Amino acid sequence: MQCTNDFDVFSLFSEGPDISSISHVTLSPSRHNHVPGYSLPLSRSSYSVISAFCTEDNVPQSISYLNQELAVLGLSMCIEASSSEGASLKAVPVLNAMYELLQINKRNMCALEEMEKEQLKKLSTLEHIQISNSRLKDQLELSMREKSGLHETERQLQLKIKTLQSCLKTEKEEVQKLQSIIASRASQYSHDAKRKEREAAKLKERLSQLLVDRKERKLAIDVLNSLGRSDGKRSMWKTAKLSASHESEMYKTLLGDYETSRKALILENAELKKVLQQMKKEMMHILAPRQQSTSGATAADDSQEQVESDEEKAGNTSREALDHSCELAREQLLNSIRQQWRKLRNHVEKLDQVSQVHNQMESNKETIPLETHEDEMERMRQEVQQCREFIHAQQQLLQQQLNTSFDDETAALLNDCYTLEEKERLKEEWKLFEEQKKNFEKERKNFTEAAIRLGREKMSFEEDRAAWLKNHFLNATPFANRRRYSSSDGQSALSVRSEPEVRMSSAKAKRSKSPTYTTFSTPKPSRSSPVPSTTELYRTLRLLPDGSCSKHSNRGHWLETSTVEEGHPQIKSNLQARAGEMSIFTFGEDHSVT
Amino acid sequence: MNFSEVFKQSNHLCKVSPDGKYLATCVQYRLVVRDLSTLQILQLYTCLDQVSHMEWSSDSLFILCAMYKRGLVQVWSLEQPDWHCKIDEGSIGLVSSRWSPDGRHILNTTEFHLRITVWSLCTKAVSYIKYPKACQKGIDFSRDGCYMALAERRDCKDYVSIFVCDDWHLLRHFETETQDLAGLEWSPNGCVLAVWDSCLEYKVLLYSLDGRLLSTYSAYEWSLGVKSVSWSPSSQFLAIGSYDEKVRILNHITWKKIVQFEHPATIDNTKAIVYKEVDRRPAVVSDELSLHNITMGSTLFSTQSKYEICPLPVQIPVVKPEPDRANPKIGVSVLAFSSDSRYLATKNGSFQVQSLNWHCSGDSVILLGKDQLCLCYMDTDYEEK
Repeated sequence: MQCTNDFDVFSLFSEGPDISSISHVTLSPSRHNHVPGYSLPLSRSSYSVISAFCTEDNVPQSISYLNQELAVLGLSMCIEASSSEGASLKAVPVLNAMYELLQINKRNMCALEEMEKEQLKKLSTLEHIQISNSRLKDQLELSMREKSGLHETERQLQLKIKTLQSCLKTEKEEVQKLQSIIASRASQYSHDAKRKEREAAKLKERLSQLLVDRKERKLAIDVLNSLGRSDGKRSMWKTAKLSASHESEMYKTLLGDYETSRKALILENAELKKVLQQMKKEMMHILAPRQQSTSGATAADDSQEQVESDEEKAGNTSREALDHSCELAREQLLNSIRQQWRKLRNHVEKLDQVSQVHNQMESNKETIPLETHEDEMERMRQEVQQCREFIHAQQQLLQQQLNTSFDDETAALLNDCYTLEEKERLKEEWKLFEEQKKNFEKERKNFTEAAIRLGREKMSFEEDRAAWLKNHFLNATPFANRRRYSSSDGQSALSVRSEPEVRMSSAKAKRSKSPTYTTFSTPKPSRSSPVPSTTELYRTLRLLPDGSCSKHSNRGHWLETSTVEEGHPQIKSNLQARAGEMSIFTFGEDHSVT
Repeated sequence: MNFSEVFKQSNHLCKVSPDGKYLATCVQYRLVVRDLSTLQILQLYTCLDQVSHMEWSSDSLFILCAMYKRGLVQVWSLEQPDWHCKIDEGSIGLVSSRWSPDGRHILNTTEFHLRITVWSLCTKAVSYIKYPKACQKGIDFSRDGCYMALAERRDCKDYVSIFVCDDWHLLRHFETETQDLAGLEWSPNGCVLAVWDSCLEYKVLLYSLDGRLLSTYSAYEWSLGVKSVSWSPSSQFLAIGSYDEKVRILNHITWKKIVQFEHPATIDNTKAIVYKEVDRRPAVVSDELSLHNITMGSTLFSTQSKYEICPLPVQIPVVKPEPDRANPKIGVSVLAFSSDSRYLATKNGSFQVQSLNWHCSGDSVILLGKDQLCLCYMDTDYEEK
């Protein structure tokens, strides 16, 4: 493509942005060695731009510069100034230079156009190639897939072939086998057939012979003399009875045989049943303690089962006696056996599992339970030993006891020995008791006498008082002498009254002096201690053991019943209280039980 | 072991009397009776023709000599040498002849199995039994001699007739469910009759004495079936040997298989002891027999042979029979129970063992081969193979 017209050049120039873009491409190398700051926008106002380059002042410089540029471009002509001054130039070289430049520009444009075309072409081919590439890739993928699919089908077909081949092999073998069987059968048949044919042929021959040769030899038996029967009996006529007897004989033999076999079977059955029963018992026995040691959740079931099995056992043993061949019993037995066996098997499996678990545990853990187990065992052994010794000792003692009881005299003697001390004590106590009793009696007597006296004195005193009062009253009048005698009586009564008190105190002193002998190692109550109530005392009295208890209680009773004879009710109560006090005191001093 | 001199015999007819006192041998047409302990000739009888079959009567008083070609049967008495008896079957021919269990009747099977003629030596009477079957074992007497079972075939069906041997009264007559009855055998207690089919079908039927079918046993189909059958002496077991080289044992209570023995080509069961006969003379074929303990005496023969214990596993030589020949020589052909029903001796394959017989005490067995015999003593509890 060659640009020949200037118009073309101009049209190139006139196309704004496209050209500028192209021009950027083409002009960029020249821009590098350019005077910087100068962008050469090729617009319509090109003249104004060029005019910026060259002004009135710098004409020669611009001329020289242009010459340089022209020289660089390879143009030989130079621009000359027409005169040394001014801005005029020689037109011819300038025009030539311009023409040359235009030519160069044209050439460049052409080249540019060509290159652009080339590039377009190349782009299109590239696109084309890309498209074809992608298409080919797709094709390739497709064909790969197809290939794999075909591989797959090929593999399956191969498998099928193999199976079919094996089937074919087996079928062939079977066919061969059948063929051989058929062959052997066929040979057998043919052999038999041939044999039969030969026989038939012989028959035919013989028949023909016989037909021809009618002189038959007589078939007969020639015996010198008849023999006797082997069993010596005479032969019998053939009668229905005989045939019936034959039948019965036959049936007898059969029955006999059945009987023997049945007996044998029964024996066998019985033995097997025995064995089964034994097995069942043993299994139950083995399972029973284990069942008891299982957790409570299953305990109820197990106990139930045990109950059931016990029932079964009972039922079975009872039925055994009845009928061995009872279907029900046999079934029950079998079921129970199966049940027990299942339990045993489960148990064994559990044990196996447990043992396996144990085995899986560390060795340390294994030894520790062993040690504890051993310790436990030791301890238990010791305990057992101790218990044994204890029992032994007990036994010995018991033996002694028993031995002593056999001999009455010695026993009595021994008993006496043991109770001797007690007896002595008892005797002493009795003595004391008697003493006290006597003293008490005395006191009582004195007391009663005193009480009586006191009563009398009191009466007399009252009388005296009454008399004194009377006298006094009357001595309002002059009778004063006689009253002093009556008061002295009263005093005497009073003094008399004080006597028993004194006596009581003396008795008390006596009491206190009497030895306090306690059979029991309980502390003496102090005299100043508060007097215990009667109920308490009686209670304690009743608590005293053996013979002395009854005596003491008797004493108590005796004292209770022996209330002091009463005078005046007021005095009586007092006296009673006193008596009670006295009794209490005696008891308290003798048997200080509080 | 000492041996006597050699005596001649023909047709392998050499039998000891049932009471064990006499030995009867046939040489051509002569019958020689010797005393067994001294081997002195006691009697000498002459028959009319070459003797085909010779049999002692059950009471050891009479000997039957049958001449099949002539159709004659002669009976000789030991007590009375002058006594003679001749039975002529005439033109009808004679195929087999035997004593009845009481020793007073002779049963002759005519040619082509047309009939069985029962001759009575007591009454000279004759009875005929029609349509007997020609098979491997068509007639069997019960052990106590009371009953006889006979296989019959009429109209292409198999029947069994049970006769009372006393007077040949027909007790029972029933049809069997067999295709082609091959044999029948009484159990030792006389209450069960085992009936088996031909080798084309494996079928064993068990009938009770009164003709009821007790049970049927069939191990497999199509392949060749039963080859040999044997009862244990206690009547508890029935051993069935078949062409598949296995022995199956049924029990008498349920009539179901309780155990199955195999005869593998390679023995590697650690409980088995294998004795191999080793011959000094290389020409003789060595037999391999898996039995217990050794004894062998054959100074009679010029070869010395010895039994050695072979280390396990032992490979037994197997001869594959030709497939297109009938009655192949495979399978268990001989079965023998010991008298206490503890042991079972079997012969499998094509070994040259013709019979196995146990001693009545149950601890020794004798193997009879074609040219040799072997006595084996048991002294442990091993099961034999």
